[in-house]
Amino acid sequence: MYAFGYHRPTTIDEAVTLLGQSEDASAIAGGQTLLQSLKQRLAQPGELVDLGAIKELSGIAVDGRTVVIGALTKHNEVALSSEVRKAVPALADLAGAIGDHQVRNVGTIGGSVANSDPAADYPAAVLGLGATVETNQRRIAADDFFIDLFETALEPGELIKAIHFPVPKRAAYVKFAQPASRYALAGVMVAETGDGVRLAVTGAGACAFRVPAMEQALAGDFSADAIKGVQVDADELNDDIHGTPAYRAHLVNVLARRAVEAAR
Amino acid sequence: MGEPTTKIGGSTRRSEDKRFLTGQGRYTDDINMAGQTYACFVRSPHAHARINSIDTSMARDADGVLAVFTGEDLANDGIGGLPCGWQIHDVSGEPMAEPPHPLLAQGKARYVGDHVAVVIAETKQQARDAAELVDVDYDMLDAVISPAKALESGQPLVHDEVPDNRCYTWELGDSGAADEAFERAHHVTSLDLVNNRLIPNALEPRAAVASYSPGEDHYTLYTTSQNPHLARLLLSAFVLNLPEHKVRVVSPDVGGGFGSKIYPYAEEATLTWASKKIGRPIKWTAERVESFLSDAHGRDHVTRAEMALDTDGRFIGMRVDTKANLGAYLSTFASAVPTILYATLLAGQYTTPAIHARVTAVFTHTAPVDAYRGAGRPEATYVVERLVSQAARDMGLSQAEIRRRNFIPTDAFPYQTPVALNYDVGDYDATLTRAEELADVAGFEGRREEAQKRGKYRGIGYSTYIEACGLAPSNIAGALGARAGLYEAGEVRLHPTGKVTVFTGSHSHGQGHETTFAQIVSDRLGIPFDDVDVVHGDTDRSAFGMGTYGSRSLAVGGSAIVKAMDKIIDKSRRIAAHMLEAAEADIEYDDGTFRVAGTDKSLSMAEVAFSAYVPHNYPLEQLEPGLDESAFYDPTNFTYPAGSHICEVEVDPDTGRVEIVNFTAVDDFGNVINPMIVEGQVHGGLAQGIGQALLEGAVYDAESGQLITGTYMDYTMPRADDLPSFRVDTCNTPCTHNPLGVKGCGEAGAIGSPPAVIDAIIDALRPLGVTDLEMPATPLRVWQAIQDAQGRQVA
Amino acid sequence: MNVSMTVNGRSVTADVDPPTLLTEFLRDHLGLTGTHVGCDTGQCGSCTIHLDGRAVKACSVLAAQAEGARVVTIEGLADGNGDLHPMQAAFREEHGLQCGFCTPGMVMAAVDLVNTYPNASDTTIRENLEGNICRCTGYENIVRALKSGAAGMGDQGNG
Ligand SMILES: Cc1cc2nc3c(=O)[nH]c(=O)nc-3n(C[C@H](O)[C@H](O)[C@H](O)COP(=O)(O)OP(=O)(O)OC[C@H]3O[C@@H](n4cnc5c(N)ncnc54)[C@H](O)[C@@H]3O)c2cc1C
Ligand code: FES
Ligand code: FES
Repeated sequence: MYAFGYHRPTTIDEAVTLLGQSEDASAIAGGQTLLQSLKQRLAQPGELVDLGAIKELSGIAVDGRTVVIGALTKHNEVALSSEVRKAVPALADLAGAIGDHQVRNVGTIGGSVANSDPAADYPAAVLGLGATVETNQRRIAADDFFIDLFETALEPGELIKAIHFPVPKRAAYVKFAQPASRYALAGVMVAETGDGVRLAVTGAGACAFRVPAMEQALAGDFSADAIKGVQVDADELNDDIHGTPAYRAHLVNVLARRAVEAAR
Repeated sequence: MGEPTTKIGGSTRRSEDKRFLTGQGRYTDDINMAGQTYACFVRSPHAHARINSIDTSMARDADGVLAVFTGEDLANDGIGGLPCGWQIHDVSGEPMAEPPHPLLAQGKARYVGDHVAVVIAETKQQARDAAELVDVDYDMLDAVISPAKALESGQPLVHDEVPDNRCYTWELGDSGAADEAFERAHHVTSLDLVNNRLIPNALEPRAAVASYSPGEDHYTLYTTSQNPHLARLLLSAFVLNLPEHKVRVVSPDVGGGFGSKIYPYAEEATLTWASKKIGRPIKWTAERVESFLSDAHGRDHVTRAEMALDTDGRFIGMRVDTKANLGAYLSTFASAVPTILYATLLAGQYTTPAIHARVTAVFTHTAPVDAYRGAGRPEATYVVERLVSQAARDMGLSQAEIRRRNFIPTDAFPYQTPVALNYDVGDYDATLTRAEELADVAGFEGRREEAQKRGKYRGIGYSTYIEACGLAPSNIAGALGARAGLYEAGEVRLHPTGKVTVFTGSHSHGQGHETTFAQIVSDRLGIPFDDVDVVHGDTDRSAFGMGTYGSRSLAVGGSAIVKAMDKIIDKSRRIAAHMLEAAEADIEYDDGTFRVAGTDKSLSMAEVAFSAYVPHNYPLEQLEPGLDESAFYDPTNFTYPAGSHICEVEVDPDTGRVEIVNFTAVDDFGNVINPMIVEGQVHGGLAQGIGQALLEGAVYDAESGQLITGTYMDYTMPRADDLPSFRVDTCNTPCTHNPLGVKGCGEAGAIGSPPAVIDAIIDALRPLGVTDLEMPATPLRVWQAIQDAQGRQVA
Repeated sequence: MNVSMTVNGRSVTADVDPPTLLTEFLRDHLGLTGTHVGCDTGQCGSCTIHLDGRAVKACSVLAAQAEGARVVTIEGLADGNGDLHPMQAAFREEHGLQCGFCTPGMVMAAVDLVNTYPNASDTTIRENLEGNICRCTGYENIVRALKSGAAGMGDQGNG
């Protein structure tokens, strides 16, 4: 790692101030992603602002219609929460499929969503369930949040406080893991919500994206057969040694059908 | 798990475990010396580049930096390159091409990760910071990665002095006889095979701590080596020109090797030299990315193989043409792996009378390739067993039937193969019969139908392998090009109190020698297991050794200890005769007790030992005091472990994902000292073999020569949920030519399993028209194979 | 900067550079070399320790992030009377280790796994060992050790 300064604020305001004071300051939450790139010297922030001591960023609140998850809430806290499991089992399943047990003990939802790794799982949930990202400045609808590879609507220094997930009628997440990294080679979240069907894909493109053609087909007939012939365009998809664009396009269809069958 | 008795044949729980389980293991990176500094190597980011100049001035001036060295500094000190331990001769009769292998690049970098300079600083962080300041002016050159392509004319040369990048072409067997067999064949099965390149990935990264003491003019090197004595010999005699007796090499606890830690590498040699230069101890520990880039890789063969069969499905001839990738430089055993350790195994378990193999070894702009668990024998088994399984399908015979028709029968041993080896003993039918039983082959069709109902394709695959272990009779090895002997040394020291210290040249890095060797000694000398301590891994403590690889520790290293114990017992018998006032011929020895035949007069081994060190009542005029014997053992033949592996898979045709639902391995290891440890070795080998078949593969970008699989994010290591629970058993025929009757078990799992896995998948996907599949059978590859087959069927 | 935490029941304070990883703090500052480092990208799990009772990868946490935390490493897992922790004993009994390099991390992960998923099936165990690579054992005996260690932990009533 290169040298950096370290700060451990206890309030959001303090954190925002610290982040504003330096051009090359970076927030660190669980550090599961950030520290790997620092160790490999792929990034060089001058200051690290550790969010870990900000109590108000942590925690899960469920009311009838919404599940609110604080940005600092760890993947295992979501995966093992009986409240989340009851309200949105698909969300608990998704959190339980992220990384490994140790990573889930440390990695946070805020860090995952802010990072917008093309192969991360949470973005599929945020987009697929039509969540709202609450920051220290505003509320951002999922549809406006993910912009591109590692790029979101967050402004420099803007912090995620919590994610608000509306409770769907039924939903499921199905992931096909890249064999080495176990991130999503492709992952599909499908949800039947009050506002219709949403279907979001991660792992396949530059960032999480919805598949309107599948959503429309499912709106009329929420069955695997309804989307059997609906393919996503392979031209837009990622290409690497683990998956060609054609393979990923095919997987999206397979996983989407499996998700529809598994939705509850 | 077996009874934990401490005698031979008991599953004694391991002595070494307590320190490992409590964090008290002592690995190289755990060792720190007073005044220690840290090294960081500057590595080539290019696969092939001319080095115009290296400007080290900024790095030298950086905080904490003590020195920066380049290849020029080494050359100025007359430091040589790394030697190759095995000289193969080309078909022309000329020796193989042996270009220099400098510790730090001289003029050119030849693979991504090649060592260009080293920075030594007060802290790890400072060394790394300064390494980024070393300014290397490179001219990037075109690189060649594939061995087949590297042989074509007009390709970039890895070494200017090696035309066509060809290190050697080598042949074994009678080509006339093989051609004749093909001419009269009823059927010919042929296959194009790729044995995928693997990265060993012992979990402990390589590391070294080197120091020099001017007062004694003495070097000490702690390093992650599988054979410290060989490291000392090569470093002192061939690389650094140091007096061997002034160098101590210690391999403390080592976190796995699998071949990759046999070889002396540039890093520890450079550190040893530099420690005198700067007058301080220097430590270096590889980051995992450095392990990926610069540990010797394994396998990487491209082969055209053909089998000739008669009308009854008997194998009458075999022809094999292999291109072996050596990487950019010749690593220590690199030249022997695709020749002596490969082509000699092409007879497999079969009576094939005529075999011819041709091997072309090729330099490419990739990391050096050398022995990795199995070394040559997995490649041979893959060729033979894929051919056999395909021939069975071609001929409409069952997998078991074609094998049984061709097995070397039990009454044919010792059996001379047409490819140089002489198998001493075996019972191939026995392991196959037991494997079929354990795998419940009879119930397979039912399971296949049940899977079909769930939309899954089930298949079953066989592999009946043989390997040659216990390297090796030194004179034979020498005639084949080895530049060192291949015996092993052992010393057994009884202390006055009857406790024992055993010194062995075999290193243990997971194999459990401290337990197994103590069992042998406890068993033979009748001394309690807990009173036996096994010392290994230190050139100052054990007399000599050739180290641990090729499943040789027990067969060769264990035999040396037995020889030393025979001397102990002989001498003790004479001491006992004197003490018991009996004739030597009347002394009977059993389980630690010397008894005058037909009487109740006896002495224990401990009593004899005491008298040897307190020789008051002792035959001093005939015998020296003390009870400490050493022996060297040079094997008279290889040992030939063999066995039958049966794999059952289920394939999801929608995703291409393969699940191994059952894996059965029944092996013949000869006598077994500790069944628990043997079973553990089989499990580990199977995981690596299954890893090769399904998950692992080093991928270099064909154009740029960058290693794409350079972290665990892209190189797939087998994890717990990739593997099934294994069904393993043994059917043993004792080895006929070593005193323990043992054959070795360390590599069998990795050798036997890959073809069984691949054939199981091919069997599963037959209904979809899939006829061939390359390793690793990743979901992408399997899915693609299904698409291609379906496309062919439509077309 | 100063960091303070409890390590194996002992309070420790040290002056470290901010980029110090918890692995480096344990190994280089405290001499607790039982926590191993097998990779640079957070995959291998050799460095697993307990941070406030949960298994985490010490190579992926800054020492500074562990400020005020309760850290337990392999050296501090057993009760200190010379007996092995039931999970350590089970690894020996079931031959769940060979070279021993992955072992400390494997054992620490196993203890947390049993605490998180009591009575786990083989499948659950294998899935939750995803964060721990072992190159030697093929995992078979690790799974056995985990189950027998879980039984031992139950007998002792110590989580
Ligand atoms: C071995 C391993 C396997 C993994 N496998 C998976 C997987 O399968 N699927 C998956 O989805 N992920 C996986 N991950 C990533 C893991 O989920 C990370 O925890 C997560 O992506 C980032 O969370 P973090 O809390 O660790 O963030 P950090 O690493 O601390 O931060 C990541 C980025 O987010 C920013 N950030 C953090 N918090 C906030 C906030 N509140 N507001 C604004 N910006 C913020 C940081 O500045 C940084 O740029 C894996 C990680 C590892 C090490
Ligand atoms: S060292 Fe590999 S995960 Fe921590
Ligand atoms: S015991 Fe060697 S890596 Fe697990």
